[in-house]
Amino acid sequence: MDLKLDHHSEDRLTIVEVEGEIDVYTAPRLRELLIDLVNKGNFHLLVNMEKVDFLDSTGLGVLVGGLKRVRAHDGSLELVCTQERILKIFRITGLTKVFGIYASVDEAKEAHGRDK
Amino acid sequence: MATVELTFSALPAHVRTARLLATAIARRTGVEESLLDEVRLAVGEACSRAVEAHRLHCPGEPIRIELCDDSGRFEVIVTDSAPSDEQGPEFGVPRFDDILGQGPGVFMPGFGIAVIAGLADDVEVYPSQKGMRIRMSWPAAAGGLSPV
Repeated sequence: MDLKLDHHSEDRLTIVEVEGEIDVYTAPRLRELLIDLVNKGNFHLLVNMEKVDFLDSTGLGVLVGGLKRVRAHDGSLELVCTQERILKIFRITGLTKVFGIYASVDEAKEAHGRDK
Repeated sequence: MATVELTFSALPAHVRTARLLATAIARRTGVEESLLDEVRLAVGEACSRAVEAHRLHCPGEPIRIELCDDSGRFEVIVTDSAPSDEQGPEFGVPRFDDILGQGPGVFMPGFGIAVIAGLADDVEVYPSQKGMRIRMSWPAAAGGLSPV
């Protein structure tokens, strides 16, 4: 499956919907989207990965790059993910300590609201 | 021993083909269903790393992948021709404060090998100036079908 990307804003939070495979072939599209969102002033990003079938280290690199960009503007990049096979790669690389990872968009929005 | 060999150009689009092939052969060889995701990810990581290295150093050279069933194990060897001084998996995962210090969206080669080391049951990485060879294997059921 290819990669499908969409995004919408709710209050100060921009939710990025990702579906399909994030790998060395498709990751540049996600990187371009994250860069574009930051360049347009969206500094609080929530990436919903519930429909992601595959994620490799190239995809992790893109997410880390996005996190670095938003942090430069005192922003945040957090994730929604409950799939064990995707969470495993975050655990192996220690990135569970870097990203906020939530079980649902609502849970993430609630946490984000508390942090305002 | 039955072996499937594949060579492919250093194009990102071919990495998906390589990991689909590896997963299909692993299934036929009798690798447990619960391990197939690990095979898919580890082979994808090895091939992605090779593609990135070739694009930097030798874009015209092909990347080689061998898939074998040998003595009850499913073995995958990914060989590239790009000079490498990368470290093996024993050096562990890059620290995330280092990662966040890098440029946004940069390729993180150490991550790929660290992920492979975390996934494959048995991994050996042989870096050299003539290229890198990554060998990884998983247990295969005795009743598995021949991969060819």
